[in-house]
Amino acid sequence: MTPRLVALVVLFFGLLGAVAVPLGRYLARVFAGENLRTARLLGPVERLAYRLAGVHPAEEHDWKQYAGGVLLFSLVTQLISYGVMRLQGSLPFNPTRLANVPPWLAFNTATSFTTNTNWQSYGGETTMSYLSQALALTSQNFFSTAVGLCVAIALIRGIARRETTKLGNFWVDLVRAHLYVLVPLSIVYALFLVSQGVIQTWSGPAHWSTLDGVTQSLLRGPVASQEAIKMLGTNGGGFFNANSAHPWENPTPLTNFVQMFSIFAIPAALCVTLGEMVKNRRHGWAVFATMTLVSVLAVAALGHFEQSGNPALTRAGADQVASALQCGGNMEGKEARFGIADTALFAVVTTDASCGAVNGMHDSFTPLGGLVPMLDIQLGEVVFGGVGAGMYGMLVYILIAVFLAGLMVGRTPEYLGKKIDSRDVRMASIYILIPAFSILLFSAVALLTEAGRSGIMNASAAEVPGAPWHPHPHGLSEVLYAFSSATGNNGSAFAGLTAYSAAHPVFYSLTLALAMFVGRFPLILAVLAIAGNMAKKRSVPPGPGSFPVDGPLFVGLLVGVILIVGALTFFPALSLGPIVEHFMQR
Amino acid sequence: MKLLRPCLVLTAFLLLVCCLAYPAAVTAVAQTMFPRQANGSLITQGGRVRGSSLLGQTFADNAAHPRYFWGRPSGASVDRATGVTSSSGSNYGPLNPALHAEVRQRVEALRATGVTGPIPVDLVTRSASGLDPHISPAAAQIQVPRVARARSLSEAAVRSLVAAHTQGSTLALLGEPRVNVLELNLALDAQSGNSR
Repeated sequence: MTPRLVALVVLFFGLLGAVAVPLGRYLARVFAGENLRTARLLGPVERLAYRLAGVHPAEEHDWKQYAGGVLLFSLVTQLISYGVMRLQGSLPFNPTRLANVPPWLAFNTATSFTTNTNWQSYGGETTMSYLSQALALTSQNFFSTAVGLCVAIALIRGIARRETTKLGNFWVDLVRAHLYVLVPLSIVYALFLVSQGVIQTWSGPAHWSTLDGVTQSLLRGPVASQEAIKMLGTNGGGFFNANSAHPWENPTPLTNFVQMFSIFAIPAALCVTLGEMVKNRRHGWAVFATMTLVSVLAVAALGHFEQSGNPALTRAGADQVASALQCGGNMEGKEARFGIADTALFAVVTTDASCGAVNGMHDSFTPLGGLVPMLDIQLGEVVFGGVGAGMYGMLVYILIAVFLAGLMVGRTPEYLGKKIDSRDVRMASIYILIPAFSILLFSAVALLTEAGRSGIMNASAAEVPGAPWHPHPHGLSEVLYAFSSATGNNGSAFAGLTAYSAAHPVFYSLTLALAMFVGRFPLILAVLAIAGNMAKKRSVPPGPGSFPVDGPLFVGLLVGVILIVGALTFFPALSLGPIVEHFMQR
Repeated sequence: MKLLRPCLVLTAFLLLVCCLAYPAAVTAVAQTMFPRQANGSLITQGGRVRGSSLLGQTFADNAAHPRYFWGRPSGASVDRATGVTSSSGSNYGPLNPALHAEVRQRVEALRATGVTGPIPVDLVTRSASGLDPHISPAAAQIQVPRVARARSLSEAAVRSLVAAHTQGSTLALLGEPRVNVLELNLALDAQSGNSR
């Protein structure tokens, strides 16, 4: 790691811990239904919404009712997103007269945004009208984030409460997540972004004649308002094709820092919220420490590999050595203002969380540099993770870790006073196994079919004269990354993969949508089932034989479980992709 | 059915809040408080838009413009249906021979202008957005002799102009030192008094 990257990492995680405390406590109060200062302004709006909707805030749901609300809300909003994209050609706010989004692309995209994935098989500026960006996509940036948050809160309630079936009222949690958390934070954040140069206008493309004398048109739009919730909600679906690399989405190193920070802000705060709600702050910090540790390891690795550069570029005559006048390293697919350090940290943050925004092109990373974000996703995005999704994923890993600790000493495992029974472990296993199956099986299917292989870019570049270019580990990486990203609801890509083309509109649209779906809703059901099961239990006071969940031993065990489960599952596939590619470099 | 009414009503309510009220409020405040940034940080000269200070411009043929500093190679393309520039990187994998061939060609093109020292990597690799407005100070420095020659200026004069358009890291920590190429080129034109 270069000194700048070390300093950047220290500042980043220090600040994250500092902001997590007030934000995490605030979240705990929001979902405890407390009367907040913000409520003086928004309380009447909130109560009006409940009255119109026929919701009685005091009436709580059991896990099945809660799940019903989650599923129905997701279904309805997904249909709206799909409909808007399909009809955008005949709807207003379409300055460049874009046609309707084709059916498979719209299906894939609607699924993508509803599942908080934000995988983009399209180029934003050339596919989506302003109306689609707002009504089909930004809407889901809010909704899917709030849904994730609600599920995490329901699980924490299940752990904290005892001898009840009730997990809270989904509709109340949903409304409060929007009114008291996501919307106010987004307003402030969006205005900050504009002040730094992120655009916010509805006046269509800007045109000019370049120094070369060519007319250039660049689409403008309401970017800042979308960008704020894109990052804050760990969504990641950008207004532009180049996402957070586009200078109008992410103009300066300062906006870049704040964008990275905002990805982790709510997930980090949820560690504090967890500590508050289960009345064990040290446990919340142990979880925070676990996440920070895994994250820093990943940044160090990625920073090292990208700074070391690509030997082929040196052979081609480029100088990749860092000096006072250049950052050096593998600059293909990176922006000059971010260099290696800010790109490496961004890539780790976006894939530790289920964000998927990018400020550099992961496909052009060095082989082992590209392995890091892929592995980050495959570890289940529990390192801070998506808003809500990271916390409920981490809690599942904690159950597994505590269960293993119990097996090792031959005692009934317990977590925060609750005995872990076979139903909990079954659901946790399902939670861990579904993504593994989805990633590996779909990748295999893609590699075995012509439609799947035809999307690969970096295995068929035969147009270079005299260069033999056969099926290549990088092609495997592109496919493996795609299904990891979809299943993990991440949304970043080895973007050389063409996931939608006129020749093959169905294959990736369908398979990726299925992967996104199984990576979201079955897991949410498993989590809510665990929540329901935990809530019912009696609480036993911790005895001398209880495994402590707040010390270094716990952190070590948890890190071990996360790394081992991920490594064992994906190591064979990764060996055939990035690892082989690395050794081909010599 | 007990779920349907809250679901439909709250969906409508949240759409109003998140997709209408929120972006409208942000746009209104942004256009009032930060009109220049909100509209793209456009550079205008004599009532004519020359570009955006945040977006790089490329030359179809660099060699035809020795008088200007060259920016980073771009993977952006023009969308045929709308005429809009679509931002993009190359997405070349690290071992893709097309990448190696491209870089070699660019290195040769720079050597042909008389550069003898090391060639900074950022000047011969495509950016992530295809619209990168910056190059590293090293990439600017190796172009100084060429630009000075083509404009019959002293290297010292060009160098001081480069220095004036070089930005350091924010708070000495965030981001890399960099040179804004379009602003530098416009300043050169203004100094030579012959803008096209």
